[in-house]
Amino acid sequence: MSLSLLLQNIANGLSLGSLYALIAIGYTMVYGILRLINFAHGEIFMLAPYFLYFGFLIFHLPWWVSVVIAIALTSLTGMLTEKIAYRPLRDAPRVSVLISAIGVSFFLQNLAIVVFSGIPKSVHRPKFFTKIFQLGDIRIQSTLFASIGISIIVLSLLIYIVYRTKTGLAMRAISTDIETSRLMGIEVNKAISVTFIIGSALAAVGGILWSQRFPQLFPTMGMIPGLKAFIAAVVGGIGSIPGAMFGGFILGMSEILFVTFFPGSSGYRDAFVFLILILILLFKPDGILGKKVQEKV
Amino acid sequence: MREILNIDNITIKFGGLTAVKNFILKVFPGELIGIIGPNGAGKTTIFNMITGIYKPTVNKIYFQDTDITGMKPDKIAKIGIARTFQNVRLMENLTVIDNVMIGFHLHLQSNLLSAIFKFPGYAREEENIYQKSIELLEKVDLEEYKLEKAGSLPYGQQRKLEIVRALATRPKLLLLDEPAAGMNPQETKELMRFIQEIREDFNLTILLIEHDMRVVMGICERILVLNYGETIAEGNPEEIQHNPEVIKAYLGVEATYA
Amino acid sequence: MMKRQNAKVFTILALIVLSILVYLAQNKLDPYQIRILNLGAIYVTLGVSLNLIYGFTGQFSLGHAGFMAIGAYVTALLVLPPYYKEMIFILEPLAWPFTVIHAPFLIALLCSGLMAALAAFLIGLPVLRLKGDYLGIATLGFAEIIRVIANNLPHITNGALGIKGIPEFTNLWWTVGVAVVTIYIIKGLVHSSYGRALMAIRENEIAAEVIGINLTYHKVMSFTISAFFAGVAGGLFACLLTTIDPKAFMFIMTYNILIVLVLGGLGSITGTVIAAFLYNFLLEYLRPIEAGFQIGPIVFPAIPGLRMVTFSVVLLVLIIYKQSGLMGGFEFSWQAFFQFVNKLFTKKKPTEGSTS
Ligand SMILES: Nc1ncnc2c1ncn2[C@@H]1O[C@H](COP(=O)(O)OP(=O)(O)OP(=O)(O)O)[C@@H](O)[C@H]1O
Ligand SMILES: [Mg+2]
Repeated sequence: MSLSLLLQNIANGLSLGSLYALIAIGYTMVYGILRLINFAHGEIFMLAPYFLYFGFLIFHLPWWVSVVIAIALTSLTGMLTEKIAYRPLRDAPRVSVLISAIGVSFFLQNLAIVVFSGIPKSVHRPKFFTKIFQLGDIRIQSTLFASIGISIIVLSLLIYIVYRTKTGLAMRAISTDIETSRLMGIEVNKAISVTFIIGSALAAVGGILWSQRFPQLFPTMGMIPGLKAFIAAVVGGIGSIPGAMFGGFILGMSEILFVTFFPGSSGYRDAFVFLILILILLFKPDGILGKKVQEKV
Repeated sequence: MREILNIDNITIKFGGLTAVKNFILKVFPGELIGIIGPNGAGKTTIFNMITGIYKPTVNKIYFQDTDITGMKPDKIAKIGIARTFQNVRLMENLTVIDNVMIGFHLHLQSNLLSAIFKFPGYAREEENIYQKSIELLEKVDLEEYKLEKAGSLPYGQQRKLEIVRALATRPKLLLLDEPAAGMNPQETKELMRFIQEIREDFNLTILLIEHDMRVVMGICERILVLNYGETIAEGNPEEIQHNPEVIKAYLGVEATYA
Repeated sequence: MMKRQNAKVFTILALIVLSILVYLAQNKLDPYQIRILNLGAIYVTLGVSLNLIYGFTGQFSLGHAGFMAIGAYVTALLVLPPYYKEMIFILEPLAWPFTVIHAPFLIALLCSGLMAALAAFLIGLPVLRLKGDYLGIATLGFAEIIRVIANNLPHITNGALGIKGIPEFTNLWWTVGVAVVTIYIIKGLVHSSYGRALMAIRENEIAAEVIGINLTYHKVMSFTISAFFAGVAGGLFACLLTTIDPKAFMFIMTYNILIVLVLGGLGSITGTVIAAFLYNFLLEYLRPIEAGFQIGPIVFPAIPGLRMVTFSVVLLVLIIYKQSGLMGGFEFSWQAFFQFVNKLFTKKKPTEGSTS
């Protein structure tokens, strides 16, 4: 394989990875706090480009305005799912919450079918995302750079919020020990809501970038990216924000490289991702950056 | 006589923390040995290493001349070591009688098929297990609660139930981790009698971790004192009580438990 | 006190009554109703088998759809006549030995169960070391891998096209029969020393291990048996739908079973049975919602997807408000049954004095 093709694939892998990273954050933050695999997160991701589509094509708002509105609406939906479907189950067995999460995912998917119809919709792509860069004999679409660049900006913002603000401190506190945090006067419910808002906003950014890269919308489009982003979170070490970013990039990279080196087996792409997951779980169950916790007896 | 348990200079580290350092202990059949020491001294960790839950970082443990270091806990149970836990670990949603019967599972002869289809061989075995479990429960006056959920028993009774469950596995060596914790003086007295009694009835060798000095001084022949993972004294109750090292490290703390 | 012997007699009586009911249903109901009952009975098998590994053993397995898929393909490949198979495999020619094998339904179902069990055994050995959600995700991963493989092995599975024209062998005798056998065996297992060991693992893994329960053996055993019945159910499923493709075994399938389990109450076989039928009834009777309907002068247009929206809302409400399951952990036994009847009886005749 030529060097330029390899470089092109690396760029490709990085950009896919950056999208996984954006979605994975939401999984990891929610898991860190509620010990819940938020199965509805993939649907949150799916909603954002739909909102954008409607803002832009139906209500004829300017594209950037539609983007902002889409992110806001998506965050709101994320926050509401927690309020309605998870909060009443705070003291219930964990499987009930999980079922509830899958129920929400199921609900949002079908609601999308009802509201947006099941017919795939094609996405408007502003010039910014469609430019082609020619570097020697490599041609790279600006979507790739844009998603890497935007992800890095958004992720830096997230790190700032989580590690430098009071809200971030509260979020980290409740993920260490929810009960003690409550006793110390942290408004747990508020911090959880903020977590969902941030996680959903990141998923929205990811969803919009995703739709620029794969410009077709359909109600089940969140399932596979959602599942893979969750895997990225586990690979990186669930509960760890840097882990989720790292895991996202690793996963995106390995997926693209797998397809590059084994083009004949590209049908097994998703199976390969799951295999990575299982191997990680078996040999490094706490993920690459996760803390090792041994149960004290 | 050959020792039943031979702990040969083991050390265990958790990250930077050395929880137990150069621990040596030879236990002879029929002995009742107490292990005491302040909180975090490493007592429970020693039990965890003997029962295979942790593996010593350095050196070995032998049970009846078999190297059991790093053996799986269920194998260790099969060759005759049973224990209780400091923070009682019962099968809380199962009944009291099930909690005892489960202790007999490791010696079950019947295979899976005969158990599923209740072949006569299995039915006999199950009946036998049931009878023995009832007998064990009677020993600690829990027979009348046999159909209650184990988790609904008061704490003191849960501790007794856990001991009985351990006995059901037919151990040669029994490890008791603070059995008197959470018991009132009356219960504690009964417990001491009970420990003496099972020791004779079942020919047991017992290691006992306990903060309650009356228990340790009252029934143990030999006592080990641990502090920061190291053995600082060993001897009979009399010797321990007058050991200045122990008084410095431990008996100052004892006041809070007396 | 009920005697064992009496319980046996009642069980046999109940089975006779059940047979009569099945006979009547199979002959008197319309195909649509029969189909719903068939699905209900298949869900009983699925739910009870998932209950074994999750409800009783406490091991969170999300791989049931994968085991069903294995079972469905095995049965389909075995019951279809060779000439027909060669005809429908258009992507790639069918691989040996499926070009020659042809087996009766019962044998096919057993093979389905065995293949699923074999897969579970191989998967379970490494994976059952994991705990909680990690195990769930790993088993979910395996189910997805099985689906991807089904998509990519056109000479065995006919790829994404799937297999069509599978003979419709499945009827109520089969589905109810399999459900009864499943319940009998899993109940037998749960109410034995081995079952106690499984529940001990669920309750407290460390304590279970320390009293001599071999975790690997028991978890893998439970997982394998659970997968066996999922495989058989998959076979029944194939011969009920008559068409299978990899899409039929997506995660949503496992989710459906999980709902049945949680609605019925984890660890309650009775609850699972009731929830399995309720679930399928609910799903079907909500169908008119999306077909469009009329209330008085107002006409509701047909809206695709509305049924599932309503359905998920109903489920969410049930889960949020009925957290311990519909039956709240209740388990049927003849003794409880007669106590209940007795109570009804004494209530009706308060004048006859106390009956203690
Ligand atoms: N799994 C583990 N990981 C890290 N540190 C551990 C672990 N288990 C025990 N320790 C540490 O080892 C030391 C000894 O603990 P251990 O439980 O043996 O104390 P102990 O003597 O039983 O105290 P107590 O009287 O409070 O029960 C403690 O500092 C404890 O925090
Ligand atoms: Mg201790």
